[in-house]
Amino acid sequence: MTIATSHKDAPVAVRDLTVAYREAPVLWDIDLTFPEGQMVAIVGPNGAGKSTLIKAILNLVPSTSGTISIFGKPYPQQRQLVGYVPQRGSVDWDFPTNALDVVQMGLYGQLGWIRRPGKRERAIAMECLEKVGMADFAHRQISQLSGGQQQRVFLARALAQDAQVYFMDEPFAGVDATTERAIIDVLRELRSRGRTLVVVHHDLETVREYFDWLVLLNIRVIATGPVETTFTLDNLQATYGGRMALLGDTLTADRSAAVAAAGD
Amino acid sequence: MPDLLHDVIFDYTLRNVALGSALLGIVGGVLGTFAVLRRQGLLGDALAHAALPGIVLAFMLTGSKASIVLMLGAAISGWLGTLLIIRIVQDTRLSEDAALGVILTVFFGLGVVLLTHVQHSNNANQAGLDQYLFGQAATLVEENVITMAALGSVALFLVALLFKEFKLLSFDPEFGASLGYPMRGLNVLLTSSIVIAVVIGLQTVGVVLMAAMLIAPAAAARQWTNRLGVMLALSGLFGASAGVAGAMISVTARRVPTGPMIILCITAIVVVSILFAPERGIVWDAIRRRRMRRAALARGPEVAA
Repeated sequence: MTIATSHKDAPVAVRDLTVAYREAPVLWDIDLTFPEGQMVAIVGPNGAGKSTLIKAILNLVPSTSGTISIFGKPYPQQRQLVGYVPQRGSVDWDFPTNALDVVQMGLYGQLGWIRRPGKRERAIAMECLEKVGMADFAHRQISQLSGGQQQRVFLARALAQDAQVYFMDEPFAGVDATTERAIIDVLRELRSRGRTLVVVHHDLETVREYFDWLVLLNIRVIATGPVETTFTLDNLQATYGGRMALLGDTLTADRSAAVAAAGD
Repeated sequence: MPDLLHDVIFDYTLRNVALGSALLGIVGGVLGTFAVLRRQGLLGDALAHAALPGIVLAFMLTGSKASIVLMLGAAISGWLGTLLIIRIVQDTRLSEDAALGVILTVFFGLGVVLLTHVQHSNNANQAGLDQYLFGQAATLVEENVITMAALGSVALFLVALLFKEFKLLSFDPEFGASLGYPMRGLNVLLTSSIVIAVVIGLQTVGVVLMAAMLIAPAAAARQWTNRLGVMLALSGLFGASAGVAGAMISVTARRVPTGPMIILCITAIVVVSILFAPERGIVWDAIRRRRMRRAALARGPEVAA
């Protein structure tokens, strides 16, 4: 597999994407381009279509219209360049398997049909578990892991994919502080190696600290751009609508006061 | 007991019964593991019930009771029922349990109507069709066992070949799809294998109770292991043991339907597994909790001090 790191095309470009369930639009006319080597946050209220956006890009939900390109080519041709971390709640953690086995699933794409993972795959999987601080839990049944540990196993599985672009669905949801730190360290390390990370994020307080690029989503794209200029009170109000009162407090109360002022 | 063993090897009927029920136990146990892990145990139940009209129709159309003909009829109508359930869930606002309930009862009802009709039709050849309700292992002949073995090996071969892919499908189908595996195709393949597992057991266990041969061995096996490969093997072993034991009891004690006997045997295995399996067994769990409570009580004053 050859991975050219000096792509001229954007890692992810979405054109005119519309997704509808039973006539009602879930995503409407989305146009997005993500810059390479940045951490991108997708932020918006519940039901804004954040997860659906990721799934539509990955072809996991059918889209009514639109084109997706990964480094200038259609997604199916570029699968090897893409890694995915689904929501932790999307699988049954009582499944009879251990952490190491789950991480090895990240290598199934490279392995192809029928071939089973062997020594090489185990070694890679161990390495990835180490990176997320889970090496000691490699042989633990996955139901015996805490929520944060399970999330780190999912992250390790994505690391095993060794992708150029990662899509992560709420990796920080309901995790402990240790896990949050471990995950953000890993993400920063990936960014430093030029990887692009697209993360569905729900915690407005950490947007500024963690991310470079922002997409504010509520069925349509409300605003997108660098966090410094896009993460403004006006934009957030436009995204969250009436539920903004509480958010306004958060914003003005902490280090984001300047943003709020800029928004005025 | 030595006499029984001698008979199983040398007596034609007993040998067929033992082989047939071992086969259905292994295949049901292995494929049932995936059904249970994917929370599709009830789909197996609907599938088995939905097979009945297919069996009777296959007989009405061909006049043959050859097992391959009846199994084909069972498979087609079982598949049709399953497809309908999937479509109902996808295209209507009915929930899955409602879809399962409707399809199961409609198909089974239709099957019973057809069966009654055939029984009153003066066709002497129809005798024995009603045994597909509760199963009768004593009716197994060599031809049945050969058909079961052929179909069963196809299903087991698929599992051996696509172990990794089926694991991915069962644990995280969305991630699998993102890797580029055709999850829908794999789903069809796995469900078809489950259909095979159901139809090869129908003659012995019957449509009413066949689902238990998918669900119970897997539920018991899950208690003993945390690894999918081991679970598949154990589940096959449990299914086969219960199948052989139940069929033998049913055949030696005349006029006891085989299905219920086999189900009683597998239920015994399930009960023992749920109670006594290390780690997950509720007996050990209770003992552990009691010990902890005692330890906590003993420590109590110290902590307070």
